[in-house]
Amino acid sequence: MAQDQRYTKEHEWVRVEGDLAIVGITDYAAHQLGDIVFVELPEIGRVLTQFAAVGVVESVKAVSDLFAPISGEVVETNAELAARPELVNGDPFGQGWMLRIRIADKSQVDGLLDQAAYEQLTREG
Amino acid sequence: MAQAQGSPIATPLADRHQALGARMVEFAGWLMPLQYAGIIEEHRAVRTRAGIFDLSHMGELYVDGADVAAALGYALVTDPASLKVGRAHYSMICFPEGGVLDDLIVYRLAEERFMVVANASNAAAVSDALIERFAGFKVVLDDRSLATALVAIQGPASLQVLAPLTDVAITDMHYYAIEEGAVAGVPALVARTGYTGEDGFEVFVDVAAAGSVWDALMEAGRSARVIPIGLGARDTLRLEAGMPLYGNELGPDTTPYEAGLGRVVKLGKEGDFVGRAALERAQADGPRKKLVGLAVRGRGIARHGYELFAGGRRTGAVTSGTLSPTLGQPIAMGYAAPSDAEPGTILEVGIRDQRVPAEVVVLPFYRRAT
Repeated sequence: MAQDQRYTKEHEWVRVEGDLAIVGITDYAAHQLGDIVFVELPEIGRVLTQFAAVGVVESVKAVSDLFAPISGEVVETNAELAARPELVNGDPFGQGWMLRIRIADKSQVDGLLDQAAYEQLTREG
Repeated sequence: MAQAQGSPIATPLADRHQALGARMVEFAGWLMPLQYAGIIEEHRAVRTRAGIFDLSHMGELYVDGADVAAALGYALVTDPASLKVGRAHYSMICFPEGGVLDDLIVYRLAEERFMVVANASNAAAVSDALIERFAGFKVVLDDRSLATALVAIQGPASLQVLAPLTDVAITDMHYYAIEEGAVAGVPALVARTGYTGEDGFEVFVDVAAAGSVWDALMEAGRSARVIPIGLGARDTLRLEAGMPLYGNELGPDTTPYEAGLGRVVKLGKEGDFVGRAALERAQADGPRKKLVGLAVRGRGIARHGYELFAGGRRTGAVTSGTLSPTLGQPIAMGYAAPSDAEPGTILEVGIRDQRVPAEVVVLPFYRRAT
């Protein structure tokens, strides 16, 4: 996992690319869910509020909410996931990325869990 | 066996599941494997090769005695007297009001000996109901559920994997037949029954022998890449095969006719049986709702409890639904008003805040090649 990644308590990860943030769910979350068969993402242009439920990740047996790790406008979503939701299981930090958001407030990113804090969270989980 | 109140019972194979890295889940009071390699991989293995299941949570009720056929004929909706020795049939035990108490498989082991296999969640209720209904008949009920382990192998490779391990002549065994013999050197009942829509066998053994049978099947299946299968894939397999699950498609508020299982009720058999009057009325009146197969035609997965709409009006709800690994599309079963249940009808399923089209289709969604 990249050292500049940040995480939420709901197991989303965030990487910053200029004024954009790329978002996905972690391998821990993907493993907990099992085989992912459906991903519903917010539409491009939608303005998200930090920690609001903005989408859904479904496994064979369960429906799980996707939460916005930061506030901002959705500028891109991963179109591959419609046909290949299993990418989230196979490559959750790479090809399984979900959203690109234009960051509204950079301090929100800094406020998320860092690598060590997230590892601690998953150890306790 | 002392159990802390509320803690689930482990099957005799629990240590093997843990060793295989299974994700365990509590189901009907039992600690069961939900998945090992993953639900989709396990599902595909059963459809293309074979898989091994621990089904020791199921209920096995032995019924013996001079009046056994008559007693079961009174207690159940089918006519077990018509079964030849070594044959089985699908059955149901209904409430006097006509709703379903459980769905079952009834096996005739001998002229005066049957085995009734009940769902894990209903084993105790079925046992109690049978005892009550057997009053006045010369029969004895022996609930051997906790003494019996059940290991199943299901999939096209089942025959080739099991055959070398057993003296039972399974190659020519009829579907829904059962025979006594040995598997991996231990006494067993071998039945050609299953809940997947594939060829397969269910092996009933004493709990002490469960480990030997499991190990032998896993070893014998190695070259065919047979893998262990959990409850997750068991559910997706039976749903594709259009098979009902008690608690979803069947329950006390549903008659066999509504579930599309009217042919199982033998109104023509001799004598009264529990639920006869109500079921005769139900058949005459017609169903209040009908079980439908649904192929979701939009984006979204229909799941248990999601509402069904016809022309904007609520017509029922989804009882089971998932992403079909074989078809690659979402499938479901549910109940709709009879007038909305014609195959080809486009209903809508409420998925979160959307109404997604779903076409009524004839069950099953999947049928094996031969």
